[in-house]
Amino acid sequence: MSSIVSLDQVEVDYPNRGRALGPFNLTVGPGEVLALVGPSGCGKSTALRLLSGLELPTRGRLIRTVGRGETALVFQAPTLAPWLTAQANVALPLSLSGVPKPSAFARASEALARVGLAGVDKARPAQLSGGMAMRVSLARALVTNPKLLLLDEPFAALDEITRRTLADDVLKLWADSRPAIVFVTHNVEEAAYMADRVVVISRGPGRIVGEVPVAGLLPRPPGFRTSQGFREAAEAVSARLAEGSEVTA
Amino acid sequence: MSRLANALAPLALLAVLLAGWEGACRLLHVPSYFLAPPSAVAAAIGADWRALVLAAWNTLSVALLALLIASLLAQIIALLIGLSPLLEHAVRPLASVLQVTPVVAIAPLVLIWAGIDHPERAVIALAVLVAFFPIFSGAVTGLHAADPDLERLFDLYGAGRLQRALRLRLPSAVPFLLEGHKVGAGLAIIGAVVAEFAAGSGGIRGLAWRILDAGNKLQTARMIAALVVLGLMGVVLHAGLDRLERFGLAWWRGR
Repeated sequence: MSSIVSLDQVEVDYPNRGRALGPFNLTVGPGEVLALVGPSGCGKSTALRLLSGLELPTRGRLIRTVGRGETALVFQAPTLAPWLTAQANVALPLSLSGVPKPSAFARASEALARVGLAGVDKARPAQLSGGMAMRVSLARALVTNPKLLLLDEPFAALDEITRRTLADDVLKLWADSRPAIVFVTHNVEEAAYMADRVVVISRGPGRIVGEVPVAGLLPRPPGFRTSQGFREAAEAVSARLAEGSEVTA
Repeated sequence: MSRLANALAPLALLAVLLAGWEGACRLLHVPSYFLAPPSAVAAAIGADWRALVLAAWNTLSVALLALLIASLLAQIIALLIGLSPLLEHAVRPLASVLQVTPVVAIAPLVLIWAGIDHPERAVIALAVLVAFFPIFSGAVTGLHAADPDLERLFDLYGAGRLQRALRLRLPSAVPFLLEGHKVGAGLAIIGAVVAEFAAGSGGIRGLAWRILDAGNKLQTARMIAALVVLGLMGVVLHAGLDRLERFGLAWWRGR
């Protein structure tokens, strides 16, 4: 399989605190939607930072064929600059890489419209709801048309209805330009709903204890949550998670 | 009702204290070179108000100029050391030593450097010195206060050092800078007053100079009049800066 980023026998040590992750093998193909699921402290976020190229492995190999500029990150919190407007926040990745302000702002406006926030260009983050701020964060990630989109528990701080709406929206956005998506979650249903492959990680130091493919088309058709395929995948992920915590507990 | 009572309570206390002071001075026949009664202070303020306003302006303008210089210096130095952790390690201990050295002790040296013809320069320099540190430490703390995830995004998008300093760290430091300026402005007034005392009669003819001058002549009414104006100036300045800080923070937060 062709890959845009892969981790080969990768291990990461905490400074003076033993191993955080690994040995870990993971390959992400172009256009793939991958979920990393595991208990708190299993090194999911570390794995994501490795994939982003922001952190390097202590041992093993990290192979990236996407550039940093083709990678985008979304964090658990919206992580917006409070002193900038929504538009300026979204334009930030572009203006940092030297795109002139008028075109950066125009593209930011388009990205905001794509995430359903047309007309909030001039609003400040503090004037937006949690869900809206998360959408701004998503727009900032999409504005560069990344090939690899990394999401670190992006919906963890939101209410259930907003979470579900955003999950569907992310998949619709994915269908437009088909970047590879890797997202971290501890929510089994969210993983099975959004990903076409769920990677289950054990309690720290994180190792892969199972991979569960999810049948069905992306974006999900209505009623997918009640389908056989979804239920089976969710149960398989739960079972692997339980095994993973027994192994090391 | 209770709000009115709250507003009136300090005024009532002040009235009682003033009445007690006035009464004690009269009953005990306290000589006016020792302690002038409030009525004499009020008379001194009435008679000298033009000179007092001018003196207050002299002190205030020195303090504000010092604040401006301190603000520029502190932010530039903080930004520079923000670009290099090694430089920060080098500067911090020196800055701490200078910060804890009382300004009164440094004043004679600065007066010599400023030269006998320019004591006003020494007054400004000393006020700058005391106003510098709260702004500087606010800036240094603030420059380290940027959201670590935003720092990661700047890494990811390949931001240069200068871009990071100007577009992330400096704006992140704004709340700390506002607080630093508020404290710095109060200290600039104190610095200006202390420096005026140190410079003596050759210095700026501000409020401290008036206090010294009246003290030398044992005119306690004029001394207290200058003190009252100094106190009022401090209260007004503090209230103004408090407002400015709240306004600045509201702008920064976007609400």
